[in-house]
Amino acid sequence: MSWIHTTAAEQAAALAAGEVTSVELTQAHLDQIAATNGELNSFLHVDADGALAQAAASDARRAAGAPLHELDGVPIAIKDVLATEGLPTTAGSKILEGWIPPYDGTVTAKIKAAGLPILGKTNMDEFAMGSANENSAYGPVKNPWDHTRIPGGSGGGSAAAVSAFQAPLAIGSDTGGSIRQPGAMTGTVGVKPTYGSVSRYGVIALANSLDQLGPVTRTVLDSALLQELIGGHDPLDSTSVATAVTGLADAARQGAAGDLAGVRIGIVKELQGDAWSAPVVERFDESIEILKGLGAEVVEVSLPSFVHAMAAYYLILPAECSSNLAKFDAMRYGLRVTPEGDPSAEDVMKASRDAGFGNEVKRRILIGTYALSSGYYDAYYGQAQKIRTLIIEDFKKAFEQVDVLVSPTAPTTAWALGEKADDPLANYLQDLATIPANLAGVPGISIPSGVSSADGLPTGIQFLAPVLEDARLYRVGAALEAALTKQWGAAIAAPAYAKEA
Amino acid sequence: MTQTIVPFEKALAAYDPAMGLEVHVELNTNSKMFCGCPTEFGAEPNTQVCPTCLGLPGAMPVVNGKAVESAIRIGLALNCEIAEWCRFARKNYFYPDMPKNFQTSQYDEPIAFDGWMDVEVEGETFRVEIERAHMEEDTGKSTHVGGATGRIHGAEYSLVDYNRAGIPLIEIVTRPILGAGEKAPAVARAYVAQLRDLIVALGVSDARMDQGSIRADVNLSLAPKGSDRLGTRSETKNVNSLRSVERAVRFEIGRHAGILDAGGSVVQETRHFHEDTGETTSGREKSDAEDYRYFPEPDLVPVAPSREWVEELRRTLPENPTARKARLQAEYGFTDLEMRDVWAAGALPLIEATVAEGVAPQAARKWWVAELLRRANEAGVELAEVGVTPAQVAAVQALIDAKTINDKLARQVFDGLIAGEGTPEEVIEKRGLALVSDDGPLIAAIDDALASQPDLVEKIKGGNMGAIGAIMGAVMKATRGQADAGRARELILEKLELS
Repeated sequence: MSWIHTTAAEQAAALAAGEVTSVELTQAHLDQIAATNGELNSFLHVDADGALAQAAASDARRAAGAPLHELDGVPIAIKDVLATEGLPTTAGSKILEGWIPPYDGTVTAKIKAAGLPILGKTNMDEFAMGSANENSAYGPVKNPWDHTRIPGGSGGGSAAAVSAFQAPLAIGSDTGGSIRQPGAMTGTVGVKPTYGSVSRYGVIALANSLDQLGPVTRTVLDSALLQELIGGHDPLDSTSVATAVTGLADAARQGAAGDLAGVRIGIVKELQGDAWSAPVVERFDESIEILKGLGAEVVEVSLPSFVHAMAAYYLILPAECSSNLAKFDAMRYGLRVTPEGDPSAEDVMKASRDAGFGNEVKRRILIGTYALSSGYYDAYYGQAQKIRTLIIEDFKKAFEQVDVLVSPTAPTTAWALGEKADDPLANYLQDLATIPANLAGVPGISIPSGVSSADGLPTGIQFLAPVLEDARLYRVGAALEAALTKQWGAAIAAPAYAKEA
Repeated sequence: MTQTIVPFEKALAAYDPAMGLEVHVELNTNSKMFCGCPTEFGAEPNTQVCPTCLGLPGAMPVVNGKAVESAIRIGLALNCEIAEWCRFARKNYFYPDMPKNFQTSQYDEPIAFDGWMDVEVEGETFRVEIERAHMEEDTGKSTHVGGATGRIHGAEYSLVDYNRAGIPLIEIVTRPILGAGEKAPAVARAYVAQLRDLIVALGVSDARMDQGSIRADVNLSLAPKGSDRLGTRSETKNVNSLRSVERAVRFEIGRHAGILDAGGSVVQETRHFHEDTGETTSGREKSDAEDYRYFPEPDLVPVAPSREWVEELRRTLPENPTARKARLQAEYGFTDLEMRDVWAAGALPLIEATVAEGVAPQAARKWWVAELLRRANEAGVELAEVGVTPAQVAAVQALIDAKTINDKLARQVFDGLIAGEGTPEEVIEKRGLALVSDDGPLIAAIDDALASQPDLVEKIKGGNMGAIGAIMGAVMKATRGQADAGRARELILEKLELS
């Protein structure tokens, strides 16, 4: 077995025990990327030299006996939505082609400070708009489980990279499910932390009030370790919460022991029904039985406002993004297209935006501009904010009855590339279960719940907890993960990548 | 279309003006509104910038607490309510030197609202109602190169300096000011002047209109006399001096009247004021329907100043400058005219400090306004920067009282002080300015003067005491101004046996 098939926690332990060097680990992952990225397209930019230099520096620190972060030397991939000084950052868009940020986002800075070699930047739907990673200006990502399938979106690159053993750890961003839904599609663990508990400074904003960075890993413990690394108050992010979210790795280790006695779990009534495919429900029901077997008390709870969440989301999100994207005017950075003749500045902006923004981006800019325009604000944006308040209240009431909520992460398994490419609504519906957490700011985790009996592709189960109670997700998630792994005999993994070639 | 400007008096015989003033105040915080960049005026272009104020992808704003404090203090000084909870909003529009293509501002939730300021014009008091004072950020600054006008049209290229982008601004908006009639231009000027005085007293801004740290937008409309309806308004942007505020109102009244008299309708638009001609020209058309697509800024948490903090700020407000002026004028016994000159010269704090050193108010006023102001004007500096301190003025006055020098010599002492020749005593020593009170040289000079002007001696003896002045003049000339005038007069009278 190669080092790439070990978890981040195992790699960290091996580094600490002197069984491997960071350079060896990093090189192993770079080799895997080199061998597989041509097919998967999960990385937009690979920084082999930079990663190896950081790995060598980590090994030197360790040799010198310096105090090290637990994950020092374990390589990581970063979604292309987060600013990385000196590395191209495009948010999957042509309009930022070639832009190299002159600064690091806070999470990038924390990763560098902790000594994790950065392998590169992962592919994503343009400006994080999409559920299939088919909206990337740099081509779709393929699902490691089946190359004819989508990997989920918008963090398809990060999910595929972790699923295909290109990286043990990756950073994703979750605005309406973009960490959790691709997690479900690729058999990886994805976490959307409590809004504000991980700094957004340096995140190219899709919808600022919904966006959240989070971990993408293969195990619950690895996500816990990564969230502890990237979280914490940031004076550069006004929405950053003052209260630190801690005890996550401890909760994961405690959960893995398998005792959920006294834990109350609520199945969300509104996240069931015809939209949910039978194979997904089958795996979900199986997980529920396991949770009961571990001692959890499972009840059904109703959050009636959830039926309006999708509508509210698709007004708030485009409104915010229409404003965020106005800065891309081709004047100061990124793409500039100059039409023939004697064009005015306005002509240059029009031509650049036309060439630089994809269809989905243009669609949402138009919707958002309309939703905010005078005379429509109250009817659309204002109403959506009221729904948001109702959803927050529904969550509060539900969490008076139960400790965590549970649902399938996505209604179906990964679909075929191109299958829904021309149907935005069909794509939007994929985020049915994940969106409410973003509207309310509560944390959520998706863990693999097995594979579909119909197509053999992974399915995911999602847990949601109250604001700042992220530790509950790790405890429950790790307990289920341990039980499922025991049942399967090993962690599930993309078959073509699980063994050495 | 030719423009008819109706004479001011004629315009006001037919129409009632309504004014609204929007004054932007650039705060003198050390850092910008939403980032830590410095705010120094006049720095090399684009040296005071960071990802946030450049609007780079991924960068985020954080509110400057000092700017919030300044906003609250301005609000309190304008008798406003202070919001218990308010938010920033995005004002979405395109502007070439605005990095994000939206401006972070306050929309329907200003930090301060519902205030007032009493403005005095020629003894009459107008209450100007303040609708709101809100926080926002400034934009960058464009320089258009190659054209004849300095405007973007016709320019070969434009340079953008983002040093100013993100500097905190407070925008103070009045409700329509009605009923000022022919005093409208003076009321507008007095309002802006009083507001500036308030800003200076609060110490929240450099308050330099010439550097744009205070700038006024003048909204004006006319309605037929007796009508209770407001007319269509024009908005003259970025007026940069008190005099221009007054002139802009006056010009717009005449221009609107010209349009209305001809049966036309005023176009709602922004206008530019031209200092050289005193006229305004059309900017861009602006309708009420202009759509800024405001929505709450999702990257900023709401501002919720605690009531304790607000009350603490209220307790520490400086004395209102209008009240302070009235109090000091009464204490010092200055006439209205004297007070106006003192205020216009920015001399009140200097006089106050000089009086505190024990100098009589009138003497302090004389030195600062009648004497040192001329030198400040010649040097092109503010009075406070002329190079003489209140303590030095007090020292000079003490030397006069001790008859070491007289008023005339004091002027030369001030020259020496400004030239950096040391203390007043050192200047007197170096320049040989001490009064001659020794009788010997005085008697010699008096004898010479009397002997050379026998006709004057006759006049004085005939009771024309005014003629003594001419003898005194000759004596002063002979002693190069260093004669003790009192002693010389006594000696002249003794000589003529009149004492």
